[in-house]
Amino acid sequence: MTLTYADVTSRYEPVFGLETHVELGTVSKMFCGCSTEFGAAPNTHTCPVCLGLPGALPVVNEVAIESTIKIGLALNCSIAPWCRFARKNYFYPDMPKNFQTSQYDEPLCVDGYVDVEVQGQTFRVGIERVHMEEDTGKNTHVGGATGRIHGADYSLVDFNRAGIPLIEIVTKPVPGTGELAPEVAKAYVTELRDILRTLGVSDVRMEQGSLRCDVNTSLNKPGEPMGTRTETKNVNSLRSVERAVRSEMLRQAGLLDAGTRIFQETRHFNESTGDTRPGRSKEEATDYRYFPEPDLVPVEADPDWVEQVRAALPELPAARRARLRESLGVSAEDMQQLSNAGVVELVGQTVEAGAPIGEARNWWLGYLAQKANEREVDAADLGVTPAHVARLVELVADGTLSVALARQAVDGVLDTGSDVDTVVAERGLKRVSDTGSLEAAADEAIAANPDVAEKVRGGKLPAVGALVGAVMKATRGQADAAAVKAILLEKLNGGPPGGGGVAAGGVGA
Amino acid sequence: MDELIRLTAADTAAKIATGEVSAVEVAQAHLDRIDAVDGALHAFLHVDADGAIAAAKAVDAKRAAGEALSPLAGVPLAMKDVVVTKDLPTTCGSKILQGWRPPYDATITRRIKDAGVVMLGKTNMDEFAMGSSTENSAYGPTHNPWDLSRIPGGSSGGSSAAVAGFEAPLAIGTDTGGSIRQPAAVTGIVGHKPTYGAVSRYGLIAFSSSLDQAGPFGRTVLDTALLHEVIAGHDPCDSTSIPQPVAPVVAAAREGARSDLSGVRVGVVRELSGPGYQSGVLASFDAAVQTLRSLGAEVVEVSCPHFEYALAAYYLIAPSECSSNLARFDAVRYGLRVGDDGVNSLEDVMSLTREAGFGPEVKRRIIIGTYALSSGYYDAYYGQAQKVRTLIVRDFTAAFEQADVLVSPTSPFVAFGIGERVADPMAMYVNDLCTLPASLAGTPAISVPCGLSEGLPVGLQIMAPALADDRCYRVAAAFEAAVPALTPPELS
Repeated sequence: MTLTYADVTSRYEPVFGLETHVELGTVSKMFCGCSTEFGAAPNTHTCPVCLGLPGALPVVNEVAIESTIKIGLALNCSIAPWCRFARKNYFYPDMPKNFQTSQYDEPLCVDGYVDVEVQGQTFRVGIERVHMEEDTGKNTHVGGATGRIHGADYSLVDFNRAGIPLIEIVTKPVPGTGELAPEVAKAYVTELRDILRTLGVSDVRMEQGSLRCDVNTSLNKPGEPMGTRTETKNVNSLRSVERAVRSEMLRQAGLLDAGTRIFQETRHFNESTGDTRPGRSKEEATDYRYFPEPDLVPVEADPDWVEQVRAALPELPAARRARLRESLGVSAEDMQQLSNAGVVELVGQTVEAGAPIGEARNWWLGYLAQKANEREVDAADLGVTPAHVARLVELVADGTLSVALARQAVDGVLDTGSDVDTVVAERGLKRVSDTGSLEAAADEAIAANPDVAEKVRGGKLPAVGALVGAVMKATRGQADAAAVKAILLEKLNGGPPGGGGVAAGGVGA
Repeated sequence: MDELIRLTAADTAAKIATGEVSAVEVAQAHLDRIDAVDGALHAFLHVDADGAIAAAKAVDAKRAAGEALSPLAGVPLAMKDVVVTKDLPTTCGSKILQGWRPPYDATITRRIKDAGVVMLGKTNMDEFAMGSSTENSAYGPTHNPWDLSRIPGGSSGGSSAAVAGFEAPLAIGTDTGGSIRQPAAVTGIVGHKPTYGAVSRYGLIAFSSSLDQAGPFGRTVLDTALLHEVIAGHDPCDSTSIPQPVAPVVAAAREGARSDLSGVRVGVVRELSGPGYQSGVLASFDAAVQTLRSLGAEVVEVSCPHFEYALAAYYLIAPSECSSNLARFDAVRYGLRVGDDGVNSLEDVMSLTREAGFGPEVKRRIIIGTYALSSGYYDAYYGQAQKVRTLIVRDFTAAFEQADVLVSPTSPFVAFGIGERVADPMAMYVNDLCTLPASLAGTPAISVPCGLSEGLPVGLQIMAPALADDRCYRVAAAFEAAVPALTPPELS
């Protein structure tokens, strides 16, 4: 008998926790001056320091410290007046020094929280710590069928990514979310992403790996202590965060029901099936031999400076949502809908760019949501910006575009990356309402379809649709369909009967 | 031109500046000396004759053009092979780096080049600076110019032998637990370990990051101070580099040479003498203290009760850090690679390379350090050693309330025979007994020759508070002026 999710939540209480890695958007690396630009030729952004050459020494990037402090403050953390880096020792060929310079027991930011709202309930996700570390290089295994090291003929190492600043945001275990655990986990990462984007400290592109999560999940029976947790590594989409929690809950409940104990282990998430599979067992975990990094002096963040950073923080998403709701006059229900779709910010920015709230809402919850869904990206990563949408609304309002044409313009923006006006100009999307050319097209359609024309003349008015279609095709959709219909009826019957019936199709400004 | 190699660095620079001799002549005289005696000494691992002559020519050209020369322009120098030199072999005395030519210069290399100091080549050393005798070099031991059957100290033994043997008037060494001071003492020259952070570590192949410190060797206190000023000073590439002006060490050396020591309080550290010290060393040290007193210094005895734990703490901290620092020698990017036959796994290649590339002392320390840092042992070993370090710093602080400088023998022994202690690591480690406290505390200390025992040099160690490097030079210069100079026997 298959275990349902309802079975799981009726018998077990889930606890989840997240470790989120974020690549900071600094110009230079964490401990040297090399560029962090994405996509450069392998090993071109390297120097003795990030290659770990004998004798080279690290120096901390102050911008990365400032970014981390901003993040800590935005997550309601305390900023340590004194903190240190540590070495995490392990061997891997993409790690130049064979230790990672990281923060261990003395992180920069500790003890904060983020409030998230799911289905009208607010959940507080505690933040244990925010700490800094450096990324590793990247191995490519050449030859062999799987792209894995086993069976490869040789391996190539690219150190461009080695030393890029990473921060790790670790939550406390989050109990008490019950059946909403997967949604709360997703809502937390969504909120985190919005905060990071608002702070401007990272481009937070999950698909490029600049934000990636490890998801810890455990189950316990009500009233009993927390169960053994598993850690699902490198989950890199919002949807996958939710699925990873849900699938681990189902898997663990199956084991617990069967009386099997849960092993503390690392698991890998399979994006296509939504399942997790086992990785290395935590019980034989490496001894990292942490010790304070002797090559770096401790970081001492001056409290006055921290207060300056705090004062200069931008308005954060939660405050912004409250303000938007107030100023836009959006209902709580609408706000929830926008929030669930992850488009509050986008709608707000679209309104700020000049669009009315109703239009902004309709675009982001309608055609753009559909496109984002088709492309399996978040609306914010779609490539259509609030400014684009505001311009579309404007063009529709002034009659330059029909809604159908505006949708074609969106497709053009998605295809080319150009802005709306460029797409409209290049694709000739302007609505044709000049009567002369429409009349000529109508005459052509009538001449090309004498039998249809005859039916209309004979009183079968709905048949005019075929002729309208022919005109629209001939004008590549740029004609105003209502106008075309009117012209055709006039030509065939001397005018629309009853003076109406042309509004069908809902096309128009 | 035998007299050219016997000049001090200060005199050499003066003669070059006035045009009395050319920098090229000076460089050539030293290259000839190296040709003549290095077969016996083995102070150098690599001699860069072309580079030295080119650098000397540049100094001569600059002088001919009427440009101002920096104080040591044209003076030859021997560089310890732990310091990276662009396009010149840098092996750190290890097989694992055989043939490696770094793509960059260490900060001190750059400063030396910028000052017009002429680098003759790279000197022999204990592998990765681990040792007190230069017998741990993968390329064979260096011999002491005073007695070729004896060690020149270590790990900077190649540098000390080069200076004592008149192959170079100046040399760079590095001191982690005493590796400048002890070789200076046993070869009868001057060597100074600056305050930790006073000289950049950027480009020094790390042994123990929290202890490693580069410093100067010379045959006189003034020469040593002149080189100190060239290499010291804040370096933004080294986070632990001190952002303060360099102590006025040259002025202090000149001042010391022409004045007595009235008003100076000298503390004799009770814990750095007694049983375990050679009687000849103690006799020489006692005589040195008498000399200081005769120069007007007030001599007091001070106690530093935690110094007895310095050896134990050092031999946990240094190996711990080295186990991490040496992890990068993994056959992936540079240096030796063994077993890469398409069958061995990555782990096997790393393991075979490290087995073949590291000598026994390096392996011993990596293993000790790995153990000391491992979870469950960290607190008992590394953590405890760091606490001892704090206590040693407090001992120094208390002692410097009673005295301006502290003195002790630099080493409990004179140079011992090559091979004599190889089989007994503990007997080897006690060489550093006197030098370790200042290393752990990061305070400056100098070794200056103070006499002979059994015909071999003995060193006087003078220690000062952090950043007061100039005090070491001032007292050392006054002492040097008051005692006869030591000259090693002529090498055949």
